Amino acid sequence: MLSASDRVAAAHQRHWRRNVRLSLSLLVVWAGVSLGCGVLFADGLNAYMFLGQPLGFWFAQQGAVITFVLLILIYALAMGRLDRRLQAELLQLQQEQDA
Amino acid sequence: MTVQGWTFLFVACTFGLYLFVAWRARVRDTGGFYVAGRGVPAIANGIATAADWMSAASFLSMAGLISFMGYAGGVYLMGWTGGFVLLALLLAPYLRKSGRFTVPEFVGDRFESQTARLVALLCALFISFTYVAGQMRGVGIVFARFLEVDVTAGVAIGMAIVFVYATLGGMKGITYTQVAQYWVLIIAFLIPVVAISWQLTGQPVPQLGMGSELTSSGQRLLTTLDQIHSDLGFSSYTEPFTGSWDKVNVFCTALALMAGTAGLPHVIVRFYTVKNVQAARWSGFWAIFFIAILYLTAPATAAFSRYYVFESLHGKTEQQLPEWFQTWEKTGLVVWLDDGDGKVAYHGEDQAEKNEVFRRGGLGHFELNFVQDQHREWLSSAGAAGADGRVELRKKGLSGPDRDIMVLAMPEMAGLAAWIIALVAAGGLAAALSTASGLLLVISSSLVHDLYYRMIRPTASERERLRLSRVAIGFAVVIAGLFGIYPPGFVAQVVAFAFGLAASSFFPVLVLGIFSVRVGTVPAVLGMVCGIGFTASYILSTVFFGGDKWCFGIRPEGIGAVGMAVNFAVAGLLTPLCRGPSSAAREMVAQIRAPEEAGPPPAAH
Repeated sequence: MLSASDRVAAAHQRHWRRNVRLSLSLLVVWAGVSLGCGVLFADGLNAYMFLGQPLGFWFAQQGAVITFVLLILIYALAMGRLDRRLQAELLQLQQEQDA
Repeated sequence: MTVQGWTFLFVACTFGLYLFVAWRARVRDTGGFYVAGRGVPAIANGIATAADWMSAASFLSMAGLISFMGYAGGVYLMGWTGGFVLLALLLAPYLRKSGRFTVPEFVGDRFESQTARLVALLCALFISFTYVAGQMRGVGIVFARFLEVDVTAGVAIGMAIVFVYATLGGMKGITYTQVAQYWVLIIAFLIPVVAISWQLTGQPVPQLGMGSELTSSGQRLLTTLDQIHSDLGFSSYTEPFTGSWDKVNVFCTALALMAGTAGLPHVIVRFYTVKNVQAARWSGFWAIFFIAILYLTAPATAAFSRYYVFESLHGKTEQQLPEWFQTWEKTGLVVWLDDGDGKVAYHGEDQAEKNEVFRRGGLGHFELNFVQDQHREWLSSAGAAGADGRVELRKKGLSGPDRDIMVLAMPEMAGLAAWIIALVAAGGLAAALSTASGLLLVISSSLVHDLYYRMIRPTASERERLRLSRVAIGFAVVIAGLFGIYPPGFVAQVVAFAFGLAASSFFPVLVLGIFSVRVGTVPAVLGMVCGIGFTASYILSTVFFGGDKWCFGIRPEGIGAVGMAVNFAVAGLLTPLCRGPSSAAREMVAQIRAPEEAGPPPAAH
């Protein structure tokens, strides 16, 4: 059986790992859309049209920025949830200890 | 009413508004002065961040750059907004949690080194000064063109306004003034583009308008642009990797701008003004939301103004030239040197010998007049005397009009009402002033908080620091103003490289400081020194001493991406060999990672 302080530390550890995983996956999308679709594959994507604009060009001048706004929105929402989850876990530990 | 009258009216009204807001938000302590007492709501802070972020360069120059670069102009859009993602995800919440006022303070405390603090401090000062000089130049351009006052007087007025509201209200005054400035600049940016999009394509949403057909010809705008570009010898507008912008360079430049933007000290400091980490994240979202409104519109502005430039110049005779051409010709930002047929010809790099449209660039009025006189003589003597000015200016790399005039001239190109033209001038001033004030505050806090209080005299009282902060702002305003009036030749060049320097110094050290508990003093400092040393020496050797681009042919604008990799690599390789951070530094890292409610409250200052 772990001591109470170890379990609190473990809960913080889990929170941090989830935080890093979330940030990393958002950054993968970030790089994929901007440096990927907007730069590395732009010449290939330009063969397709989107909203009257060549797709690679559209990603570089519009798509990337729109994605960035969404990424930060998702981050703010998801981090709020992770924080609340940690608080709930800590509260539960506290209650178990009290009981 | 004339354009000038309207401009006077708008500028006077908006300046009055800024001063009023600042007076309402005046402060009396250092907490209020540096971080607005940490009481700014997330949306307001987001709007202020957006205004702080969007400089004269975003408002005046960016659309112009895209207009001339086509696809490759996307590096600025992706680079500057993409950097904001890095900032919001990797840096802002943690720096906010650390409770340190400034970047040098965080770096100095995390890596327990006065050297690290000093290196970070010098980087912050250098970046801020080069940046603020660019803002003052923007103020000068707007004043000179629209109010026809002397540049010196224009810069002096701008300086006085910034000085009053920055010293009066500190961060609080600046924050609420920036909220007002955001609305001025965004309205000024949107109204003309919407009107022009409607006029050209019948589509009021500019982002859709740039993909629509022109009502005049029924052909798509972008297809038309590509066709004009290939006819007149320019590289394609929508096709990537043409001319000098190959894939490696677009990639590196975008990456360097991203990482460099994330390290800009005047934007990072904005996240300290909200009340907790949660609010810092939301303020990050609101900031990118309000930034995106301008950044998503700028490509449309770029495409429309590109079309107008050809429409209104190419093949026109002296009598047919539009009025905007004549007004801007007076400033030398666009110059026409005829080949004798009496018609303007505007050609790109592939047909450079036929091009007749140029700009003044770094030439003084005297030098430009000399070239024009020689050219006139060359024309009238049929080549017997004088000199062909087109050859002279082409050799100096001054083909095509100045990019900075596109946003300001576009409402005139489209023949919009005088008040809209004046509104754009007021918007340009708002963009320049909001960024300048944020930077001045960073300069002042770097000097007084980091240098004086944390390094020289830790016993300095609150009163003393507040007084010194106001003196430091005054000092910084005067220096910035002098840069604006007498722009040193290197400033314009250096601003473009400030991002590369920030990317190779600040960004890696901040990320490592937060996401690694093992990196200690020596790897961090050496990483920073090697990164910025590599980047700076590459820029110096290629730009100022005309050396080869020996590193994969990467342009100096993009070398920051490589410098960043050098910084990470040096720090990573040295970490196993050097002493790790002390237990105090480890505790600091643990504290900034924990969500707010669970950890101790941020240290009081």
